Amino acid sequence: MTYEDLILALVNKDDRYMIMTSENRAAMRNITAKIKNNFIDTGITEQTLIGMAAGLALRGRIPIVHALATFLTMRAFEFIRTDVGIANLPVKIVGAVPGFLSDGNGPTHQAIEDVSIMRGIPNVNVFCPADEDDMLKCLPKIFEYPSPFYIRYNNTKPVVEHSKFEFGKAEVFGEGKDVAILVYGFLFGETFKTKEILESNGVSVRLINIRTPKPIDENAILKAVDECKLIVTIEDHFITGGLYTILAEVLLRNRKTANVLPFAFMNKWFKPGLLNDVLKYEGFTAEQMAKRIIKLLAVSN
Amino acid sequence: MNKKKLKDLERTALRVREHIIHMSGNGGCFIGASLSCTDLIVYLYKEFLNVSPINFQDPNRDYFFLSKGHDVPALYGTYVELGWLEEERLKNHLKTTDNIYWHPNRNIPGIEFHSGSLGHNLSVAMGVAMDCKLRKQKNKIVVVVGDGELNEGSIWEALLVASAYKLDNLMIVVDRNQFQANMQTEDLIPLKPLTKKFSAFGCKVKKINGHKFEKMEEAFNKFPFEKEKVSVVIAETIRGKGLPSIQKRADRWFVNFKDEEIEQLLKELHGARKTKLTSETIVAR
Repeated sequence: MTYEDLILALVNKDDRYMIMTSENRAAMRNITAKIKNNFIDTGITEQTLIGMAAGLALRGRIPIVHALATFLTMRAFEFIRTDVGIANLPVKIVGAVPGFLSDGNGPTHQAIEDVSIMRGIPNVNVFCPADEDDMLKCLPKIFEYPSPFYIRYNNTKPVVEHSKFEFGKAEVFGEGKDVAILVYGFLFGETFKTKEILESNGVSVRLINIRTPKPIDENAILKAVDECKLIVTIEDHFITGGLYTILAEVLLRNRKTANVLPFAFMNKWFKPGLLNDVLKYEGFTAEQMAKRIIKLLAVSN
Repeated sequence: MNKKKLKDLERTALRVREHIIHMSGNGGCFIGASLSCTDLIVYLYKEFLNVSPINFQDPNRDYFFLSKGHDVPALYGTYVELGWLEEERLKNHLKTTDNIYWHPNRNIPGIEFHSGSLGHNLSVAMGVAMDCKLRKQKNKIVVVVGDGELNEGSIWEALLVASAYKLDNLMIVVDRNQFQANMQTEDLIPLKPLTKKFSAFGCKVKKINGHKFEKMEEAFNKFPFEKEKVSVVIAETIRGKGLPSIQKRADRWFVNFKDEEIEQLLKELHGARKTKLTSETIVAR
């Protein structure tokens, strides 16, 4: 099963779905001919794409729009906020190559504030799948949800089989009490390996795949904060407004504090290049992250 | 156009202008732009469009989008005259107990979509037009835009797409009142030659006097102006139409008149001499 299979099945089953793109067909390239009555390509026009999606939603359609995550969330930001957000229309906004996945493109293409700005819009929720398996397991429920959703498209190969999606619930691996690692999106794969390295070093780990930064699974986070010595947040996103900030909000709201180690971009864009090299350069490989976590645990012990 | 119909339209438009003037105190409103598109809105709702709060759920009804949202007093006034909105409610203008404020919102029955940020409703209307086409329905979709609003790149981007998809069920009406906020359009970002610009973007254009109902009938009845093309009406209008004391005055874009001025302006609308305006002008942008 692929994203294309899912879309094709969805459109065949339910005529309300409109598959739209501003000339970024990567996610539906092989099926456009088969869904031509439910497919609209507006050309390189992110604002018009969103405006039209709002209009189609007014007519009872469920538009699923696709474009590169940077251009979609920022060029068309005010259209998403004003036309989709204010009206609370069920438009699904799928951002391609978010975070590290823009690899060699450079800062113009780095969507690393998308979670922050999308979750700031009332009515708009955010889904960051860990990999293709996670994405395909969760999307059917997210697509049918009657409000707008921003989706960080991620079709990378899964390193683990994911559990069924429960709305607003994170996916928790292990019950470790030394470290709780919170992560969303593409970095889940690297983080899963981090967990294995830590465990082979005698550190007990709980890994929390956040899935939806909004709505956030506050209970899973609070439980981890109560039970674990160290909380680690991992995200391919600016430090501002993403998971680290969400954790801070949850802690403050509940009058709690914690030892927190964030992995994120500190007020800078990341170095462009081949994905594996980029991870290494920026310190986001499983080995590098495990090393920093072990070092910190040693200090606090 | 027969005389009876013409009289009725003129009487309605006059009443709508009275409502607009009433809304220009106690916090005020964008009076000039509201008065310039009053006749167009009255005509579209009374003669051209098949839409009302009663058939709002009917997929075959027509659609009206007011993209230049700051002239919503003309819409409120028209809805009162159509019996969709109680006249009493206009007294709630800007009161937090109601939803009658400076820009349109969907809590008011009849209003299709919110606007206020310029350059949005054209693409929203295109989504509606596209869906009507896909379903092979014959709805008419009308968007009123301001001439100042044509500065927005999103208008021209959307036009490229509308022409590519041959949305001939879509009509754009430009309220060409020659002003944008506190400037004349041609003094700031000139739009001329406007007809040529729209034609070059693949639209079929008609230019009319936006205060003459006979001319509107003549033009609108030919919709769509050409098969497979977006129809554009450039309606030449006068900002502040009906009130010589504010007509064409750049500094009377947004106003907040005193009660005495409002009384005088109502008389002026009915042919009395020009009002002496003493309230300060508000340069809003």
